Amino acid sequence: MGFVHGLKCRECGREYPVAPSYVCEFCFGPLEVVYDYEGIRKVLTKEKILSRPQNLWRYKELLPIDGEPTSGLHSGFTPLVRADKLAKIIGLKELYIKDDTVTHPTLSFKDRVVAVALTKAREFGFDTVACASTGNLAHSVSAHGAAGGFNRFIFIPASLEHSKIIASLVYEPNLIAVDGNYDEVNRLCSEVANKYPWAFVNINIRPFYAEGSKTQGYEIAEQLGWKTPDAVVVPSASGSLLTKIWKSFKELKQIGLIGELNTKIFSAQATGCSPIVAAIKAGVDVIKPVKPDTIAKSLAIGNPADGFYATQVVRESGGFGEDVSDREIIDAIKLLAKTEGIFAETAGGVTLASAIKLIKGGYIKEDSLTVLCITGNGLKTQEAIVGHTTEPYHIQPNLKSFEETLKKINEK
Amino acid sequence: MAVKVKIPVPLQRLAQGKDEVEGEAGTIISLINNLDQRYPGLGERISEGGKLRRFVNIYVNEEDVRFLKNEETVVKDGDEVSIVPAIAGGIKSAKVKKRVSE
Repeated sequence: MGFVHGLKCRECGREYPVAPSYVCEFCFGPLEVVYDYEGIRKVLTKEKILSRPQNLWRYKELLPIDGEPTSGLHSGFTPLVRADKLAKIIGLKELYIKDDTVTHPTLSFKDRVVAVALTKAREFGFDTVACASTGNLAHSVSAHGAAGGFNRFIFIPASLEHSKIIASLVYEPNLIAVDGNYDEVNRLCSEVANKYPWAFVNINIRPFYAEGSKTQGYEIAEQLGWKTPDAVVVPSASGSLLTKIWKSFKELKQIGLIGELNTKIFSAQATGCSPIVAAIKAGVDVIKPVKPDTIAKSLAIGNPADGFYATQVVRESGGFGEDVSDREIIDAIKLLAKTEGIFAETAGGVTLASAIKLIKGGYIKEDSLTVLCITGNGLKTQEAIVGHTTEPYHIQPNLKSFEETLKKINEK
Repeated sequence: MAVKVKIPVPLQRLAQGKDEVEGEAGTIISLINNLDQRYPGLGERISEGGKLRRFVNIYVNEEDVRFLKNEETVVKDGDEVSIVPAIAGGIKSAKVKKRVSE
């Protein structure tokens, strides 16, 4: 198998052979994987996909690997949850949650991209994998890398919360805590990647890694019965996930697995870090970098690498963007939990709160079949809602004390 | 006194190995076109059809020209122009970092 032609610059179109490279040597644009869609169309049928195990590799012909997958064999194929209670409250007829809070094994959509990145890293012959991260990606590379027997170098800002550090350390990677902010960590990693022969998943493996995000889109279409929704709301950090969901829908149409494609793509960001949504709202192509200040730390990229392309997808699809305050994020996390029983991390709060604004603003219509991409688990960012939840009822260990409290509860 | 132009490592080969060259006062695009006459091949790496390439950042005295007047930004003698490839996913320039932290 293997349907990859090569790599191509998204800007100037120059073509390159398949290699762990990510920047056009000529114009410095990002490289993207090019596929033989005619070849894929001939071999990849709905029947073939349906016959395979329920993980992201059921779409392997559309992923940039040459052999069989070797990482993330149980990742992906998360539930698409019909959310009728939430739909009624926010004013929609048909709403679904794409629930990546339960992605195997580290509970965020990063397991999708890392599954592809590490499979590719092994094909390239790397024995060491690495990343710069503030959380979800660090956990995922640490875990998948451990299972795959890779040496792992995980670079994080030293100031990260203790719980996030523990959730990486348990897999025993080489965790490098850098005295600096995320931008400085990222810059250091670019230099390290130039000097050491390591697979930095979000640097020199990025063209392959990013393709893993497409599987979220394939799954949405399959789970809706081989059609795409009217509206998809996607949380945006670098902007990559949003562009890859759009790409996945276009690919499914191109290879004949879906008919029409009339989906509008919407970008969701926190107001404290909204360079992509700001550009969408202003109707401009230029992304103005910002200094992030939001509780949605997993989305806090002030200078988003795929920001320009995200604005183009939103424009091409007829979507829009919305940004929300920390208070709105917390309220939305709680709303999703108490209506649908799904505890999302802060990015999920951003997505739902933005969707509510987009509905109120008339950008998403009441009869639009809508999907919210919920990309990570709330257990990872519990500190964000400390002090904003209800309180437990404190009682003595006897029936009388319990019944006094029960009376109060019933009187509420 | 001319305009100081800092050349990034990947383009130094086209600038006879120099990390800094002198440019002429005027708009950024005219400065680039003039550099291309002295250092053939340099211009097309930075701009195309009179527009700056999307993944090449240019700073005038540490200010990103995207927030000035882009390729029409005017530079004068004594100004410092930095050409910095914006490498996807990573930020190489201390100046970009400064921009982000402002």
